[in-house]
Order: sequence, then C-alpha cells, then structure tokens
Amino acid sequence: MAQHSEHPASFWTLASVVPPLIAAGLFAFFLSFLPAVAAGEGLRHAVPWVPSMGVELSFFIDGLSLTFALLISGIGVLVMLFSGSYLAGHPQHARFSLYLVSFMLAMLGLVLADNLLALFVFWELTTITSFLLIGFNHDSKVSQRAALQALLVTGTGGLAMLAGFLMIGSVAGTMELSALRDMGDVLRDSPMYLPILILVLAGAFTKSAQFPFHFWLPNAMAAPTPVSAYLHSATMVKGGVYLLARMHPNLSGTDVWMWTLVIFGAFTTVFASVVALKQNDLKQTLAYTTLMALGALVLYLAAPGGYAITAMATFLVVHSLYKAALFLMIGCVDHATGTRDARRLGGLIRRMPVTGIAGGLAALSMAGMIPFIGFIGKELLYKGGLESPASVVIVTGAIFAASALMFAIAGVVAFKPFWGTDAHMPQLDRPIREAPLPMLAGPVVLGALGLYFGLDSHTLQVAVTDPIAGALLGDMEKGKDLHLWTGVNAALVLSILTFATGVVIYVFHKALRDRIDEAAARLISFDAAWDSFLAGMTRGAVAVTAQLQTGVLSRYLLVVFATITVVIGGTILLRGLDIGSPVLDGISYVHLVVFGLTIAGTLVAVATNSRIAAIAGLGVVGIGVALVFIQFGAPDVAITQILVEMLVVVLFSVAALRLPTLPPARPVSERTLHAAVSIGLGVVVAAVVIGVTSVPLDLNLTEYFEKNSYPIAHGKNIVNVILVDFRAFDTFGEISVVAVAAISAYALLKQRKPKGTS
Amino acid sequence: MNSLILTTATRLIVAILLVFSVFMLLRGHNEPGGGFIGGLIGATGFVMYAIACGTAEARAALRAAPEQIAMVGLGVAALAGLASALFADPLFTGQWLFLGASEGEKGLPLSTVLVFDIGVYLVVMGGILTLVFALEEEI
Repeated sequence: MAQHSEHPASFWTLASVVPPLIAAGLFAFFLSFLPAVAAGEGLRHAVPWVPSMGVELSFFIDGLSLTFALLISGIGVLVMLFSGSYLAGHPQHARFSLYLVSFMLAMLGLVLADNLLALFVFWELTTITSFLLIGFNHDSKVSQRAALQALLVTGTGGLAMLAGFLMIGSVAGTMELSALRDMGDVLRDSPMYLPILILVLAGAFTKSAQFPFHFWLPNAMAAPTPVSAYLHSATMVKGGVYLLARMHPNLSGTDVWMWTLVIFGAFTTVFASVVALKQNDLKQTLAYTTLMALGALVLYLAAPGGYAITAMATFLVVHSLYKAALFLMIGCVDHATGTRDARRLGGLIRRMPVTGIAGGLAALSMAGMIPFIGFIGKELLYKGGLESPASVVIVTGAIFAASALMFAIAGVVAFKPFWGTDAHMPQLDRPIREAPLPMLAGPVVLGALGLYFGLDSHTLQVAVTDPIAGALLGDMEKGKDLHLWTGVNAALVLSILTFATGVVIYVFHKALRDRIDEAAARLISFDAAWDSFLAGMTRGAVAVTAQLQTGVLSRYLLVVFATITVVIGGTILLRGLDIGSPVLDGISYVHLVVFGLTIAGTLVAVATNSRIAAIAGLGVVGIGVALVFIQFGAPDVAITQILVEMLVVVLFSVAALRLPTLPPARPVSERTLHAAVSIGLGVVVAAVVIGVTSVPLDLNLTEYFEKNSYPIAHGKNIVNVILVDFRAFDTFGEISVVAVAAISAYALLKQRKPKGTS
Repeated sequence: MNSLILTTATRLIVAILLVFSVFMLLRGHNEPGGGFIGGLIGATGFVMYAIACGTAEARAALRAAPEQIAMVGLGVAALAGLASALFADPLFTGQWLFLGASEGEKGLPLSTVLVFDIGVYLVVMGGILTLVFALEEEI
C-alpha cells in the first residue's frame, strides 16, 4: 500500500466522505432503539416479500441484533473514515467504497433479519462482498486465491445452513426467528434435530472460521487493512457467532450442542493463540488472535449459564473494540514505515506518539489489565468457565492458556513496535510521521472506549449484556453484573496467574516462536490440504467428463437412453407397479395402416447403411406420428409435427452431405448393445404409455379449458389459447429456449475452423 | 442447387408460403394455426429459397439477420406479457380491445395475446433460419 503515501491525495472526495456519513446515520438510527431494547422490548417490522409463498421480509430488533447493529455501524464509521484516507488517490477507491458500504448493509441485514430465508440471503451477500473485498487487489495471485478460498469455504457452509433452515421450517412450520424462539422444545424433540444441528453448525463454523475450517481467515489478510479490521475481525466472521447466539434458544440445551461447541471452541481458541505467537507479520498475528476470540465466543455459547452468556456478550464487545483498534493501528504503522514485520519494528513512540498510545490502550484491554473492559471480560470468562456444566477443566484451562498468550501477544503487537529497540528498523528516505487524522480516529476512539467501558461498565451492562441475556435466556435478570472489583475470588487469582504466565511467555517469546515453527512444520497444513482437495476435484471432474462427453453423438444418446431405461424400468420393477393392459377397443384398419407405415419407416432406418435413407425412414416415422394426431383430433399438433419433420429431414440432409456413409460392418458387440438399449427403451416407454392410459384421465383441466376458452380468452382453438394465454408464461420460457438454442448452435457453427482444416 | 425448375417454382411457392404463414398466424386463435405453426411455415419458405437460390440470396431476401428477428420476437413477446402490468393484472394476462363493438356486434378483436403470438412467430422463424443458414453456409 506504499504507493498511496507517495501521492498524498485529498480526503475530501465523494468516495471518502459519503461512506462514513452513511454509517454514522445508521449508527444514530440504531442508537434510537437503545432505550426500548434496554427496557427489554423486541421490535418487529415486516413487509411482504413473496406473498404467494408466505415469505415476508421481516426485521427484528432485540438485545442481540441491536448490539451487532451498533458494532457494525459504529465500527463502520471509523473503518470508513480510515479507508477514506488510506485509499485516497487509489484509482479504484470508489469501487472499494461501494463494496465496503454494500458489505455493511448486507451485514446489518444479516443481524436484523427475522426470517430465516432473508437471513440466508444476507449471509450470502456478506460472503460475496467479502469475496470482492479480499480480492480487491485483483491482479495479485495471492489475493485471488484467498478470495476464492474464502468464498468456497463460507459459501459451502452457507448452503449447508440453508438446508438446515429449510428443515427447521418444515419441523416448526415457521421461518420467523421471533416465533421460533419459543419453539425450542419442538426442535429439540424432533427426529430431525441432529441433521439440523449439524447443518446449522456447518454454516456457523465455516463463517466464524472454527477449526478445521480456520485456514481461510489468515489468508483473507491479503485484503487491504480496513477490510481486515472490519470484516475479518469485528463483524463478518462474527456472523457465525451471531447465528449460534440466535439459535441458542432453539437448539441449545442438549449434550450434542454443548460438547460440539466446547470441543471445537476450546481447540480453536488454544490452537489459534499458539499459532498467533509464531507469526512475524503483525496482521497475521492479529488474524490468529481473531480466531482465538471466535473460538472463545463459540465456547461460551455452549452452556446456558448466566455467567457464560454475560461473558460471551462482554467479550464480543471487548474483542470488537480492541481488535479493530489494533488492526487500524497496524494500518497506520504500515502506512508510515512500509513494514508490518514484528522483528523489525521498534522505537516508534517518539515518531508516532498518538498511534502508540491508542494502540497501547487497545492492547491493555486485550491483555485484560485493570481498569480496562478487557479485565472485566476476562474475569467473566473465568467465572463462566468455573461454573461450566460441560467441563470446568477444559473450558477454564483453554481460556487460561489463551488469555496468557493474548497477554504476551498484546506485548508483541503494541508494546514492542513502539517501546522496543529500533535497531532493525528499515531505512526510509522519508520521515516517519503520524498518519492523517481520519486514520487516527479509529484507534484513538476504540482504544479510549475500552478504557471508558472499563470504568463505566454499568452502561455496557444496561445497553448490551443484559439485553443479550434477555434475548438468549429469555430473562434479562439472568445476566450477571459487570464490576471491575468483585473481591478476592478464584477468578481474580486466575487473572493474576494469567498475568504472571503472560509476562514469562513475552520474555521468552522469541525462543518459543522457533519451537512452534519446528512443531508446525511437522503438522499437516490445512491450507495445503485445501489445495490438494481442489486439485483432486478438478481431476475427478476431468476424468468423469472424459468418460461421458466423448464428443461422439451416438455415445451421448446411448448414455441418455440407457439412463432413462434403467431409471424408469427399475422404478417400475422395484415398486412392482401394475401397468395394466393396453386398451385395444376401437382400433380400425386406418390405424393399422398408420402403424404399419411407422414400423416400416423404423425398419428402413435400422437396416440401411445410407444416411439419407435412414433420415427418410425417420421422416416416415414422424409423418406416421402426425397421422396419429390427426386421427385423434389434434390438427394443430399434427401440423406442427409435419412441419418439424420436414425441417428436420432438410437439416439432416444438409448436414449429411458432409458425412461419410455409415461403415457397413460395425462390431457385433456394439450393435448388440445399441439394439439392447433401443429395445429396452421402447419397452419402457410403451409400458409407461400403457400405464398412463389405463388410469382414468383427470378431465378437470380439460373441462376448465373447454368451458373458459371462448368466454374468457375469446378463442375457439383451445390449443392456441392455452399456448398464448392460459400458459403464456410457459410459452415464453419455451421460445426463450428456442432463441437461446439457435444462437448457441450458430455460435458453435461459426467458431469452427474454416472448411478443409477441421 | 442449380435447377431452373426448382428456382422458378420456388419464387412462386415462397410467396404463397409466406402469405399462408401470416394467414395461419392470424387465424390461430380460433382455427388450427398460431405463432408456432406460422413461424414454421414461414421458415420453410425461406429454407426452400435458400436451397434453390443459395443462402446469400435468401439472407438478402430476408433483409434482417435471422438471429435479430428471433431476439426482436422475444422482446415483443416479453412486452406483450409485461403490458398487463399497466392494467394492474398479473404478468401475461391477456388484454383485449374490441374495435367498433356495439350491441350484438363483437367488433374487431385486438389483444396483447395476438402480439404475444406474433412474438412467438418471429422467434420460431428467426431461430430456425439462424440454424439452417449457418448450417448451409458450413457445407
């Protein structure tokens, strides 16, 4: 991103100014809901969307969705201010702003949607905008790969989630979350509970990058810094956490739920903290600490306890504040020095005091120091862990390990670059200066908020944690109080132990880093495994295509016909369907002549070695069919049939001029196979026709058309009235197919090499 | 194909076929016929012309490119379907106007349904001619 600092451009452009204003307006709008929501109200607003299917576009604001909406729009303001300056002068700045605002709106839709289908649509919109933002530097191979990987992983999870939503809808009979909230028992007692849980968890775990789907998130750091700060730490990756929290009243409370979340959450949080320590790129470090936070949030959604949920809600806010601040701080440092390498940065406090202090505030909150909100968050995490119904040892142990590592990493990220030695700093030909004001606003405001909420935790409790407890547990009273000082207790002792361990880890972090590197080299890399998985899919597709699409028309037809024969014939045989016997009444000699003609045409087509004779034989078959239509009083169909037959014969004859005559002696095995498939298909189709005609015909529709064709549609030719009026939309689809088929064939014919070379 | 008889006969027959195709299109709502059949007959006329006199001459006689005719037809059909929105009816609801209608006299029926059928006619004719001309030019 160094090219932007060399060309200082004005912040005052539309692409810079409009996005923060939109976000600020939305933030103020959501803030106006706070008094009602803090009082425990849930507000619902619905507009019809697909009325014929009973789908409404409905929004629901309660403690959970409002907290997310405020985080998304509030952090959105700061991130957009930052990016307005960070990307000023970039040729595609306007495009970036558009993506970022689109993402924000999609994310707001996700957390506010009351209808599960609407939630899914917004969920996928965040996936798509995330794809566009990760791949913003679209000429870089790294960005391309990271964007595609994120899209495939989260998109696949999203589809699984959609299947889960549809099952929820069919079990509960409603897709409105506000109605589902009281139907937890219906879902839990349903035999579909397990499949629903697995599918919904697949969506949540991929979006929130839980192990083993974690690998896409560090790669997503290929995006510009504001994107990492906004999507991949503060908002989008929390979509999965939001979903789990939303589903908490419906799906939680079973052992499967509890243990799945505990195991995945605990493993992710410890694994990510350890890997975070070994990163040299500070952005990568922060990416892994985000994984740690996501793991912790999932871990605390496992249990229904008051402390667990309060801890989850507090930590959600704590993490969003300090992580966005730190990402933006690193953006400022990168902007000024051109590097993010932890091993090189040092001594920046003299050059960038404001950035250093803002980052320091955020880091202190991350480390969980008194009197920051991070301390309260960590205390609550310990209290929640100590009363965990799943396993006190696993939950508390995981949080202890992760918190100690977070303490050390906070030092690496925000202490060392500013207060450490500047011996390894890169030499620059320009002075290192503070970033411009719009870029500084984010770290300063967010860092200060971490301190403010620590001192005034009551505000946070009234505005956020109690309403979230109300939304998840059904009772705001179940939320625990937020206090800086709760006396000497187990949580405080654990906190002190955490600090001690954290200091030790920080002191030895360089040695530890090498050890982790060695250990990591021996483990399998999920990132590499993903590549082999994709390559395997491609190879599989190529192999299947090579088998099925040989380019030989008769092979295609053979496959299609054999499939029809096996599927329909198999169904008839396996189900033991009684197809009845053919109705032979009223057959006259005229019919027999037509049948004879048709059969003769078939025999000619089969026996001849001349293509023209075969086509003419098939033409006779077509005319025979047209005669049948005339016999049974369908002149329109008969006329169409005759005209189509004529054109087909003409077309084939034109094409046949270029083709060699059929080889006189094809292998017996091939001919036997073709004969077997043809006869099988004939038998199956005949069986279906006999079966269909032996069932009494439902004449409802026929009578409706006969009765209404003239009075309503002013036409006496029922076939035509159906085509252009009763079923006009179907016809429109058909003529679209005709047009598209003609143009595709035209394109295929015209792109071939000139005559003689092919 | 170089045949004097075919060329001479074709000039006559093609004209008749084209008039006949429009006749089939227009009478389709009450008698056998309609856009599909009309389009097929019209296409047959130009296919014959192409066989007798060559594709280049058939294209010249057609004036517009067949793929454009198909696209215009698709657009005409879509507009006929959308027109119902002006009258606050669901999509593709037929709208009728009886010109000069009076007591006991039905008048001349005009409708979006006919416009839709004209769209079908153009798509079928244009689509088939796109294919046939391209094929013939390949040979």
